This record gives sequence, C-alpha cells and structure tokens, in this order.
Amino acid sequence: MRDRYDVIVVGAGPAGSITAKTCAEAGLDVLLIEKRQEIGDPVRCAEGVGKDALKKHIEPDNRWIAAEVKGSLLIAPDGTEIKISEDTSSMKAGYVLERKVFDRALAQMAAMAGAEVMVKTRATGLLRSNGRVAGIEAMYLGETYNIKADIVIGADGIESKIGRWGGIDTSLKPADIETCAQFLVSNIDPGEYSTFYLGNNYAPGGYLWIFPKGGHMANVGIGILGSKSGDVRAISLLQRYIHNNMPQAKIVEMVVGGVPVSGPIEQTVTDGLMLVGDAARQSDPLTGGGITNAMDAGKMAGEVCIKAKEIGDYSVNTLKEYEDKWRATIGKELGKSLQVKNLLIKLTDEQLNKLAYSLKGVDVSNMALPSLLFILFKKNPKMLWELRTLFK
Amino acid sequence: MSLNVNRYKCGYCGACVGVCPAGALELIETWVEVDNTCTSCGICAKICPVGALEVK
Ligand SMILES: Cc1cc2nc3c(=O)[nH]c(=O)nc-3n(C[C@H](O)[C@H](O)[C@H](O)COP(=O)(O)OP(=O)(O)OC[C@H]3O[C@@H](n4cnc5c(N)ncnc54)[C@H](O)[C@@H]3O)c2cc1C
Repeated sequence: MRDRYDVIVVGAGPAGSITAKTCAEAGLDVLLIEKRQEIGDPVRCAEGVGKDALKKHIEPDNRWIAAEVKGSLLIAPDGTEIKISEDTSSMKAGYVLERKVFDRALAQMAAMAGAEVMVKTRATGLLRSNGRVAGIEAMYLGETYNIKADIVIGADGIESKIGRWGGIDTSLKPADIETCAQFLVSNIDPGEYSTFYLGNNYAPGGYLWIFPKGGHMANVGIGILGSKSGDVRAISLLQRYIHNNMPQAKIVEMVVGGVPVSGPIEQTVTDGLMLVGDAARQSDPLTGGGITNAMDAGKMAGEVCIKAKEIGDYSVNTLKEYEDKWRATIGKELGKSLQVKNLLIKLTDEQLNKLAYSLKGVDVSNMALPSLLFILFKKNPKMLWELRTLFK
Repeated sequence: MSLNVNRYKCGYCGACVGVCPAGALELIETWVEVDNTCTSCGICAKICPVGALEVK
C-alpha cells in the first residue's frame, strides 16, 4: 500500500471491481479495498443474471456459472403460471452465478489491469482537504492508515457509509428495502426456469424465488418489503415454505441480506466522490436485480474518472457526467420499475390472480418483462391505470 | 433504551446499517457495532431478516 493513489475504490463487489478495472486499464493508479477477508463471501445474492447484460462486461466462464435458465416462470397466488423469457434473442436467457467465484474473478480482472487490491481493509472515514474529499482513513489488520487520492469511489453496497460521510444521505426507509432470506437447498429438481411466486401469503410486498443452481440444487429465497417486516420475518416465511412445500430439501447454505428498492436517489456525486452500485441504490426496485446495473455504473464511473484525470478536475463539474449518464440509462429503468413496484405492492392476491387470468390464450413465452407489462396494461387498464405513463 | 444485537442470530448482512437514519451502525466482518448516536428508533430491528436486533 502506498500513501497516495489517483483513485481509491471502496468495496470489491461487482460495482467496485469494474470501476477499478476500467480506471486501471487506462493507466490510473488505483487502490481497491474490501473490508472482508474473502471477496464475495458470505454471499448476499440469489445470483440470477441476464446473459446479454453480463456479456457486455465479461466472457462467460464455467468456473462461475452454476446453471443456465431458459427464462422466468411467474406464479400467481392461486398457482396460475406465466412463462416468459427475459431475453428474446436466445433460447437460454440467463445464468445463475456462483457469486463467490464470480466476484473474485472480477477483482482478479481489476488486479490484472494494474489495480492494487487489499482485503480485510475497511474504510473508516474520509480525508478532506480544502473542504473536498481527498482520500480515506482505513483500518487494515487493526492499524489505521491515511491514504490520499484524487477521488474516492463508494462501491460499498447496501451498508454504504461513503456517501453519508461525504454528505449524501443514502439511508433507506423501510419501504425502500427488501429484506431477504435464502437457503441453498439440495435434493430438489428446480427445472430450467427461474421461478417467482407472488402473493401476500408467500412474501408480503415481495416474492419467493427458486433459482436452479445445477445438480439438484437451487437458491430458494424470500424477499419482503421492509415496511411489512417485523411481525413476520423473511427467515420465518422461508422456513415455513420449505417445511410445507419442499420437505425433502436439504439446506446446505443460508444467505441473508437487504436489497435497495428505492429507485433513483437524488445525488450520487460530490467533489472528489462518486457512488456506484448498491451504494448508489441502483438495484432494480421491481426485480431486486443489481449485479449488472452495478457493473454498468462501475464502467460509467470509471470512464468519468479517466476524464477527470485527463483534465485534472475531480469536482462535481466533471463528475456530473457520471450522474447524468447513469440517470439517462439505469436511472430511467429504475424509475419505471419503481412505478410498477409501487402499484404491485398495493394489489391483493385476488387482483394478482386476475392479472394472471387475463393472459389466458396470449402467447407471452417470448416476451421480456416490459412487453408483458404492456399486455397486462391493455387487458387490465382499470387496475393498472397508474402505469399508463410508462407506455406513452 | 438501547439496541441489542444478538450475535448468535445475526447473519451479518448489513441491511440494518443501510436503514439506520443516524448512521450509528457498522458491520465489521461478522458483527454489527452500535455507536452512541443510536436513537433506539427501531427501524433496524423491524427490517432485520432474521430478527437479530431488539430495542430494549
Ligand atoms: C438476498 C439477495 C438476493 C439478490 N439476488 C439478486 C439476483 O438474483 N440478481 C441480481 O442481479 N442481484 C441480486 N441481488 C442484488 C445484488 O446482490 C447487488 O445489487 C449487488 O451485489 C451489488 O453490487 P455492489 O458491487 O454494488 O455491492 P456488493 O456486492 O454488496 O459489494 C459491496 C462490497 O463493499 C464492501 N464494503 C462495505 N463497506 C466497506 C468499507 N467501509 N470498506 C471496505 N469495504 C466495504 C462489502 O464488504 C462488499 O463486499 C440480491 C441481493 C440480495 C440481498
């Protein structure tokens, strides 16, 4: 570790590793720190990802692909099934990853591009000079270090502190987080689709998922809206589901975690600081997917760092380009998903069933989520009226 | 009132840290630390996926 870098990236998840890689490839001096002693572990993810979105960043590698899925199977509260493909361009739509291996592979890419990587190194505060962010205070093996940098990237996930230390309030309200529990179970046959069970009985304000992990294994999890948690918990709902519906399942791993579902937040940059990925609350409010958004944001942020280095200005003036760029892309999608989420959480189980019936006789098998929503809207304009602005 | 973290239950996922309005929580490896800015508001306890937090 040196005492000065061009860029310090805090958090070695997908957002941080892609940011670090992008910067290092352009010759910037980059330090990527991760507070855990093992990158990617423990996992806080159901590991589902769209193929095309992933391939923009990395060549698929069997070392971190646990299974391929053909699409999604949505199940209404009364059991009505809707099968869709998340990617119309290919028969096999998605992967279920092995995040432990995947996250490490991404950090390895950053390292090979020239970034310095440190684990068991936790950012504990920001350094400032003339009022602007100028590096971090970090703890490594019990010792505190001051490390200077022209810019700090907060890629520190759901528990992000970097934004708050920099004056950006990223705290989530209970209705802005899905609180989740998941078991990796063995001795089951999950089929070839990612399955989503909807309904208040399964998961109030969220859904239950079964993602195949290959070899008679699957990630079986439940996410519920934070505002509906308390009297019921994600973990107890999950235990009940497994007990009632998968008595043969053997649990070989437990995962817990929170997903930001706030939609785009107001601010993600300040002088000498940018937030990326879950730290910037860039996961999708409807699906809870955040891996590829985090990678996209990392790429955008990295490119803006390179520009900032070129012109020697790391103020908001320069960094604003990142903010504008992600809002116009990821942000737009998050906004739409938020609108759908806000409506869905209000629907009763009967209404959800009705939506599912309305698709009877319609072939939705090659549709992605947006087209499916459009058909649902056309068939149920009254129930979905508040979504009309999505289809203009 | 104070916040109790049951370290035997906690899955150290950091969800509580993300919702704390005061920024009073910190996840360090396998445990959650609470500092003196905690207002015992109970939001963390509400959203914890396993119910490891309790305001007493
Ligand atoms: C139960 C669950 C299921 C999910 N399922 C899916 C899914 O199927 N598909 C999908 O696309 N997304 C899913 N997500 C969301 C996805 O996991 C996240 O969006 C994604 O990991 C975000 O990447 P990131 O790099 O922003 O943050 P993370 O991957 O969370 O990485 C942040 C890193 O920063 C580190 N860190 C934090 N603070 C500090 C500090 N002070 N100093 C140093 N390091 C620090 C953390 O230890 C962590 O390693 C799920 C999330 C949960 C909780």
